Amino acid sequence: MKYYDKLIFDLSKAGRQGYSLPARSWDATLADIPAGLRRAQAPALPEVSELDVVRHYTNLSQMNFGVDSGFYPLGSCTMKYNPKINEEIAAMPAFAGIHPLQPSETVQGVLRVYKELAHALSAITGMAEFTLNPFAGAHGELTGLMIIRQYHISRGDLKRTRIIVPDSAHGTNPASAAVCGLEIVQVKSKENGLVDVEDLKPLLDDTIAGIMMTNPNTLGLFEKDIKEIASLIHECGGLLYYDGANMNPLIGMVRPGDMGFDVLHLNLHKSFSTPHGGGGPGAGPVGVAAHLVPFLPVPKVVEDEEGYLTIAGQDGESCGQISGFMGNFGVLLRAYTYILMLGKQNVKMVGPLAVLGANYIKESLKDCYKLPIESVCKHEFVFDGLLDQSTGVTTLDIAKRLLDYGFHAPTIYFPLLFHQAIMIEPTETESKETLDGFIEIMRHIAAEAISDPESLKTAPHTTPVRRLDETTAARQPVLRYAEM
Amino acid sequence: MAKTVEGLFYSESHEWVKVEGDVAVIGITDFAQHAMGDLSYVDMPEVDDELEAGEEFGAVESVKAASDLFCPVSGTVVEINEALEDAPELLNEDAFANWIMKVKMNDPSELESLMDAAAYEAMCANE
Amino acid sequence: MAFAYFPHTEDDVRLMLDRIGVGSLEDLYSDVPQDVIYREEYDLPDALSEHEVRQYFEELAEQNTSLFCLCGLGAYDHYAPAVIPHIISRSEFLTAYTPYQPEVSQGTLRYIFEYQSMITELTGMDCTNASMYDGATAAAEAMMMAMASTKKKTRVLLSEGLLPQVVNVVRTYAKFNGIELGFIPCVDGATSYGAMLTEVAVGDVAGVLVPGINKYGIIEDFTGFADAVHAQKGLFMVYSDPSSLAVIKNPGEWGADIVCGDSQSLGVPLCYGGPYVGFLACKKDYVRKLPGRIVGATKDVDGKRAYVLTLQAREQHIRREKATSNICSNQSLMALYVTVYMSLMGPSGLRKVNELSYGGAHYLHDRLLETGLFEKAFDKPFLKEFTLRALVPAQQIQEALQMIGVFGAVEVEEGLVNFCVTEKVSKDNIDAVVGYLNEMKS
Repeated sequence: MKYYDKLIFDLSKAGRQGYSLPARSWDATLADIPAGLRRAQAPALPEVSELDVVRHYTNLSQMNFGVDSGFYPLGSCTMKYNPKINEEIAAMPAFAGIHPLQPSETVQGVLRVYKELAHALSAITGMAEFTLNPFAGAHGELTGLMIIRQYHISRGDLKRTRIIVPDSAHGTNPASAAVCGLEIVQVKSKENGLVDVEDLKPLLDDTIAGIMMTNPNTLGLFEKDIKEIASLIHECGGLLYYDGANMNPLIGMVRPGDMGFDVLHLNLHKSFSTPHGGGGPGAGPVGVAAHLVPFLPVPKVVEDEEGYLTIAGQDGESCGQISGFMGNFGVLLRAYTYILMLGKQNVKMVGPLAVLGANYIKESLKDCYKLPIESVCKHEFVFDGLLDQSTGVTTLDIAKRLLDYGFHAPTIYFPLLFHQAIMIEPTETESKETLDGFIEIMRHIAAEAISDPESLKTAPHTTPVRRLDETTAARQPVLRYAEM
Repeated sequence: MAKTVEGLFYSESHEWVKVEGDVAVIGITDFAQHAMGDLSYVDMPEVDDELEAGEEFGAVESVKAASDLFCPVSGTVVEINEALEDAPELLNEDAFANWIMKVKMNDPSELESLMDAAAYEAMCANE
Repeated sequence: MAFAYFPHTEDDVRLMLDRIGVGSLEDLYSDVPQDVIYREEYDLPDALSEHEVRQYFEELAEQNTSLFCLCGLGAYDHYAPAVIPHIISRSEFLTAYTPYQPEVSQGTLRYIFEYQSMITELTGMDCTNASMYDGATAAAEAMMMAMASTKKKTRVLLSEGLLPQVVNVVRTYAKFNGIELGFIPCVDGATSYGAMLTEVAVGDVAGVLVPGINKYGIIEDFTGFADAVHAQKGLFMVYSDPSSLAVIKNPGEWGADIVCGDSQSLGVPLCYGGPYVGFLACKKDYVRKLPGRIVGATKDVDGKRAYVLTLQAREQHIRREKATSNICSNQSLMALYVTVYMSLMGPSGLRKVNELSYGGAHYLHDRLLETGLFEKAFDKPFLKEFTLRALVPAQQIQEALQMIGVFGAVEVEEGLVNFCVTEKVSKDNIDAVVGYLNEMKS
């Protein structure tokens, strides 16, 4: 990677242009708009040529690390390979050029994709039906919680406004619950990282709307007591929400529906291979058990007996509309392409191979890094820093040093249960050779921590920029070019 | 080692109170600023806000953490330390010299439930 | 087992299992209760080759009808320059995660900073986040932001001129979040100033959200709005089409505190409604309540200019249930579409796009009136989309247009239909459409 210091604004020169537009002219002009409704001064946008733009963004891209650049062991993020065919299908003009309000008879192909993908996700997860409208994992969570609340409201059970969230949960869980108007009740984890069923029992009463669980949890451990938890929650009248952030290890092996979950979301940008795009767009479809189908958000795709598909709007039972149109259709196309490539044969191997890679790394490094919970893990696991912490080398230092060796860093300082958490998730698309290379470097870094701790504390050394002054960035925020 | 100042009242949530007549001058302790690291922002109430004892009145933020502030006594906010708006680092430099807000107390007897310096030090030693 | 996305040979699997000390892949699930292991065949099609997948989607594509677009209502058929897909498909952008490791994410961080600079320029605001899911959810976030930024208020007012999908989504969020909504009616096609005053005077109003260009296509006049809302200590919020802000009076000029909307009109494909890219911008005073990612400029240890995610203490991964929002991502790649688009267009290109759309829309408007199938619904200024009263059933006109491959005359309200013209539409196109309608009439 090479450093390049320009902003597109730095390249601007008055009079240059990077566009070509039709030369036609019309009788009516903007000057006809009443002066009081017109903008006083043109916006200060860059004036650059087409080549300026192409070269600038190409240069920027070369300061970025992606899955295509190298191994991305980012725990909880499932950075698997993003197949190229996905992109080509999503770009087909017959899909990409369709206006969202076009009538049903002109978009049967679009709606067929929607319906078939929903069906495939039901098959993989054991849920009765899906909405594909939510835009991201957090949006799916919120939608799922709205469905849970709507279910209780529909029964006149209005006092169920509290939701149980394990202390190991990602911060999004309580945040989504709060946006949905739910009060958060925390349940503790045991020493082995799993939900403490004994701590859970006294929390259960007729004010509980449900529980949000991530299984395997954020430590990569399967919640063995899930069936007991499910029956406890159901007995008290609550519902079980499954956070699909960690669905990858279960694909092909375990269906959340069979564990007793009533609602779940999936992250298509994690388990179903759609690219993360530097933070989005993703998609967070929500699946529900049969008794919750009426509460799914609108618009819904409805199929008649002849297989003709239409869109249904507000219906009185639904939790409401949660997206402007029908979700991130372009992302849905990519995920469905992936599922068709996998087919019923290969889908069975996704989870097992992901779990194989994670356990392989864990077993290969646990003599150098502190493994707080000795257990078979699922798709990811957590180290609590180096085994020998006398050198003062921290998890942050290890993460930064990995960048020097051409790897992306793992997720660090999450979950909060450990002070020096390093969370590693390899995914099923990485080869043994790649994992061996990573293991070798992680061992090398552990050795460097003793032989040359300073090189770690000042790492990275070879990246386009080095450690940043984040404190000044937060104290005196500079958030746009005009402030520089 | 974090320092304390004799003659102040301390809360379990790491605020200190200095009494000036019927006004409580309130800040965060040296222990608290140490735990947070370099502070980047202090979220303060507005003058005339009415606060209950134990009520949240703001927060301190560092780059990767945030901690809510709780009012140790009930009363009305009469002044806030505007210097912290531009220079939150003042709390890192000297947490006791730089107060956050002044509250006109409704019930000075509430001070009795707070700790003295020795008791607060003992509590911090256990954290 | 061989499959293009799984690199493992049988030997690899054996060696890896040996290192772990288990006998089989299934043994890796020994901690899972055996009765939840799924042992049946999945109800999925057989695996397909790439070629077969392509053929399958081509078959599905044939079930769609591509129509020439004369419809707006929140999704606009503007031209996207060829450069955009080329830049977007660079895998260093496409396959990157959220830029948590700034040392190897300067590409993403830099374009987000540029995006923020451009959005604030268009809206007249001080700050914006790194983008939102879509316009409707951005409006819902704006509502929650207004609640968080004001004290002890219970209500947010919405103009009935907002697009229906925006109102519907805000309504859903409000219902579950416990926010009371009030509505300001439109009079003569524009948000009523008088009704707004009355509603605001009732009190308890955290914010008022109005459309810069409303669902009828009318450019709204907000004279007096900001002052009236501010007088009651509420926030004035505008829902905007950012493309239009290059030429119409922007929300900053109207005294707005928060601006939201959808940037689909800036180079993003229609793609049946998504992915699009919402935006949310505000005055500096409210930045601590702004949800989502924000990028700031700083320096690295060597003094090099660098960019980083900042003000993170607002966000859910730190604040958990106390965060203003549960948002933990942005539509980064879509923000790149928008950034590249605005870089190419610049101030003059964006103006030209509006000029061409305006001219074409007014030409179509006048020619449609001449057909006798429509009459004027309102007499107010519009930009690229407009509303007419249909004198025959709207459905009939829409279906007739569809016969010649045109999508337009979508009903906004009973008897009122929408048309939209972008720079892609020529005089010949319009003449053909109008000529056909004339024929149909006779």
